[in-house]
Amino acid sequence: MTNLIQTPSINIQQAIEEPDRLKKAALLQYFAQQFRITVFDILHEKGTGHWGGAASAAELLVALYFDAMRIRPDDPHWPDRDRLVLSKGHASCMLYTVLANRGYFPVEELSTFRQLNSKLQGHPCMHATPGVEMSTGALGHGMSVTLGMALSARLLKRDFWSYVLIGDGDLNEGQTWEAIMAAAKFRPHRMVALIDYNKVQLDGPSDVIMPMDPLDEKFRAFRWNLAPTVYDGHSVTEILKSFDWIKRQTDGPIAVIYKTHKGRGVSFMEDNAYWHGAPIDETSYINGRRELVKTLRQLETAL
Amino acid sequence: MSTMQQAAMRDAFGEALLALADQYPEMTVLDADVASSTRTAKFGAVYPDRFFNLGVAEGNMVDMAAGMATCGLRPVVSTFAIFLSLKGADQIRNIIAYNNLPVILAGGYAGLSDSYDGASHQAILDIAMMRAVPNMAVILPADGIELRQALEAALVRNGPTYIRMCRNPTPVLFEGAAPLEIGKIRKLRDGADLTIAASGVPVFMAIQAAEFLAGEGISVDLLEVSTIKPMDVGALTASVRKTGRILTVEEHTVCGGMGSAVAEALAPAALGPIHMIGIEDRFTESGGYTELLAKYGISAEHIVRRGRAIVAAVAS
Repeated sequence: MTNLIQTPSINIQQAIEEPDRLKKAALLQYFAQQFRITVFDILHEKGTGHWGGAASAAELLVALYFDAMRIRPDDPHWPDRDRLVLSKGHASCMLYTVLANRGYFPVEELSTFRQLNSKLQGHPCMHATPGVEMSTGALGHGMSVTLGMALSARLLKRDFWSYVLIGDGDLNEGQTWEAIMAAAKFRPHRMVALIDYNKVQLDGPSDVIMPMDPLDEKFRAFRWNLAPTVYDGHSVTEILKSFDWIKRQTDGPIAVIYKTHKGRGVSFMEDNAYWHGAPIDETSYINGRRELVKTLRQLETAL
Repeated sequence: MSTMQQAAMRDAFGEALLALADQYPEMTVLDADVASSTRTAKFGAVYPDRFFNLGVAEGNMVDMAAGMATCGLRPVVSTFAIFLSLKGADQIRNIIAYNNLPVILAGGYAGLSDSYDGASHQAILDIAMMRAVPNMAVILPADGIELRQALEAALVRNGPTYIRMCRNPTPVLFEGAAPLEIGKIRKLRDGADLTIAASGVPVFMAIQAAEFLAGEGISVDLLEVSTIKPMDVGALTASVRKTGRILTVEEHTVCGGMGSAVAEALAPAALGPIHMIGIEDRFTESGGYTELLAKYGISAEHIVRRGRAIVAAVAS
């Protein structure tokens, strides 16, 4: 594997503790890009895994684990921790990269992704990987599981938040809408659905495979507390703004739609269904990595 | 039969949930718009904050229970067995069992017991589905007393448990008997000529059949297989080693049910022929419960006939 890009002057711990929201956003923007490169390297080396959906969720996952969530990586079963369910489980490699860098397990283990006997299964497995809250992979489960967690918090009088990251494929599943109905009935106020809305699924554009628009009207019709704006899911500044909005809400369930791009960061892979799960060939890797590193350097100079 | 006291497992289920509610404050109950039928509504009336009626949306209900289990709750998921096992199959396999979550899956109206509603409501392959799933325990109580015992055992089990229940009144068999143990066969009668293994409602038919066969000079080693998974291979093997032949009786298709589980357990030792009574790979229909069971081969008379033939074949 190509050596990881490292910037010794910036400590990731700094990013967690940075009180200035704009500075924090710039730091997390940088690390999201760094993690994107890590994932790109791993998927290329392994010749298996899902680049498109992982790249789409980089900034959202980084912002969750390095800003929104109250967690203790050294005590992953702490009862009062916030939960994240990655309903779009195929983005596993990005989740693992974020968890490792957040301190749940050694970063060195990332290179065992999808190998026999690895704790990093193809799709997330809660008993194999510290920090994974729910095994996912088959689409459509996350919303229901998260609703169960959010209602448990209410029943047990705990104040943790339950987040679920939902992709286009999840929105196709009937069960997701069963859960959307049920959440509207029980109204847990610390349940948040984050929609990674890149509008490309395995076989092609969502508008061709299974159109979901108008998605905002659907959530409103189902009586959810939907964020009034669609945020840019690749701008950490925007994502932190959405988190600030979320924390001000007293009425749930909460949904936020983020406009994202599948395969974000490599121009010829963006919004292209082919790169949902195709192995990254040598030429695409060299050209793609050049673009990713160029962006990283730009983000670095902005710090 | 008329001399035996009758009670319905679903009533025992509703009463047991209420009776155990304070002992298990972490227990929650989820139902899919059949709470008045499955009797979970009684629990819901007394403990509204611990009861969740999710409407006719079984998949969501099963996964919500999984989310609750990860937070330390002990959910009991209730609906008709056919819908729980099939509409909830992906959720049971991928979320509940894969993660070994302590969720009780309570399948009501199982077998042919929703008899008049017809084939669309009759669970004839739920055992096949449930027992194929790793980590799952599969329990078939034979009366309301065992049902409550199964529920109590499942509430302290570290993993998912499927409990299969009948809708209708059936004979009370185990008043005052030792409690059901998960993974243990209950010996109901000692005999040397034929092993009969029965699960669920057909257990009382097997008891009657064994008595009748005794009158004909055929002694039956009668086993109640209340846990289909994990199977009590030791008790099963010991019995068939003695009798040399076995007849299984179940209210389920013979493809993948209790009889198949018995056959899998006994196959390596090859102790003798294995015969099965159950639904013969076909769909069923509407009708009265007892007459429907009889039409599909589940009756004391049929057990006698088959038992007699098995023993005669060996003698000749």
